[in-house]
Amino acid sequence: MTARIPGRAAWAEHGFWSAHRYLILRRLSQLGVLALFLAGPLLGVWIVKGTLAASLTLEVMPLTDPFVVAQTLVARHWPEMTTFTGLGIVVAFYLVFGGRSYCAWVCPINPVTDLAAWLRRRLGVEKGWAMRRETRWLVALAVLTAAAATGTVAFELINPITLLYRAALFGTFAGLVVVVAVFAFDLVVARDGWCGHLCPVGTAYGLIGKATLLRVSARGRERCDDCLDCFAVCPEPHVIAPALRARAGGGPVIMSGDCTVCGRCIDVCPERVFGLAHRFDTRVDAAAPSPARPAAGQSEPAALEKA
Amino acid sequence: MATETDKKAPTRRRFVQGTLRTAVGAGACGLGLALFSAQSRSLPADALRPPGALPEDKFLSACVRCGLCVRACPYDTLKLADLAAGAAGGTPYFRARKIPCEMCDDIPCVKACPTGALDKGLTDISLSRMGVAVIVSRDTCLNLQGLRCDVCYRVCPAIDKAITLDQTHNRRTGKHAVFEPVVHPDACTGCGKCEKSCVLTEAAIKVLPVALAVGHQDVHYRRGWEEKSKAGRELVPGIIDLPDRLPELKP
Repeated sequence: MTARIPGRAAWAEHGFWSAHRYLILRRLSQLGVLALFLAGPLLGVWIVKGTLAASLTLEVMPLTDPFVVAQTLVARHWPEMTTFTGLGIVVAFYLVFGGRSYCAWVCPINPVTDLAAWLRRRLGVEKGWAMRRETRWLVALAVLTAAAATGTVAFELINPITLLYRAALFGTFAGLVVVVAVFAFDLVVARDGWCGHLCPVGTAYGLIGKATLLRVSARGRERCDDCLDCFAVCPEPHVIAPALRARAGGGPVIMSGDCTVCGRCIDVCPERVFGLAHRFDTRVDAAAPSPARPAAGQSEPAALEKA
Repeated sequence: MATETDKKAPTRRRFVQGTLRTAVGAGACGLGLALFSAQSRSLPADALRPPGALPEDKFLSACVRCGLCVRACPYDTLKLADLAAGAAGGTPYFRARKIPCEMCDDIPCVKACPTGALDKGLTDISLSRMGVAVIVSRDTCLNLQGLRCDVCYRVCPAIDKAITLDQTHNRRTGKHAVFEPVVHPDACTGCGKCEKSCVLTEAAIKVLPVALAVGHQDVHYRRGWEEKSKAGRELVPGIIDLPDRLPELKP
């Protein structure tokens, strides 16, 4: 029996674009953000200056990364107003548009770890080291403690996100070794290990995501035929079950701050169960008359889903 | 009740063990990061911070490594440090011998800083202290050999304040003068133009971090002659001025 390739069923049923549109839009968004930064040094058209740590758009709008601000505060520096203005804009934006959507739509490490995850699926690499869910909180705490103890913005020394941006924008290419290390870690050591369990920048955005407005909803969950494609592609599979399986009488909206609103589940679901919604949207589609297609060849979906 | 506790015990133990393992792992990561960060705190002596930079330890808590100062610099002086390149990764610095600071009147790098790592209190560039020039090589400096090079003196933006030429006797020839370049740290901004333009292959004058280049007089020291002129009189009246001890002259 050949392994089921997640997304192929949706592709066959709904066409290529419909089965890949969020993936393609995300890649365009990630590249687009980088292009806005690169237009300056490459073409002399200065739209956004700086990096993802702190930037200035069109000479007026500052943006600041929340975790960078957290570090500088615990390192006992009280920054200037510009920093807080930038922080306010970023927090307000992600309170509306999905929290860790930063991870899926902006962060340049996402394509790197997505590639590692895709290779894992294709090569059939075992799940690997299963880190605990609370690891990310402890890592964020440890990093902040390191920042406080040394009085430095410590994580920026090894933060692959800003190292990659600095490499692209300022030519400091040695920093790319950290990016390669993250790729290798995700490929060999732990599936979705970096973004899902370690990166404290994502943890900070996840905190915003706990209250954000834009969410993914499994409003068509009555149509679900347990093919598990969504679990296979989701970088944070634990967020799906409560909404999809209506556990504890839960609503259809994926409420976990861990969800990156990447929309890949929307793409790959042949039954079109998922869609974007706001967090207060409790609508669930009525059950379909009868499932036209048989379940997708998985004998014990519940057991697989836990694996 | 007791049996229920027994049943739960392994689960609880697994939970505690797992959490402990995670905590220890996260702690180890934090410790590693702290050690790396502590190591990256020392700045190479030839790497100078931009104007208005807070003292190094404060600077590293304030600079978010965004590079906006680098973008604001019109002369391509400022660079961001690469990973493990000496200065803490991502922080801005310049090397005077490569491209010195041109001391812009409007100090755009300071204005661009979003965090205050470059202090906006600095509005007069002549008050900046990026470092202090030091004649590090008295035996190769052409002026100190009695020649008239004068280049460091001529290019100094604070000519006759930060660098002066002190005329002394040329003891080698016995009849000429030596025009010694003397740096006055209270006026030197550390821009590095002197080091950049030194005509020697290895500069005889170099800009060093202030902490390395400048000594401090102990607070308990009082210079008698200064106190005397401040007070306008002798502080200890009627002090006996003993004759200086001179080598005894043999009869």
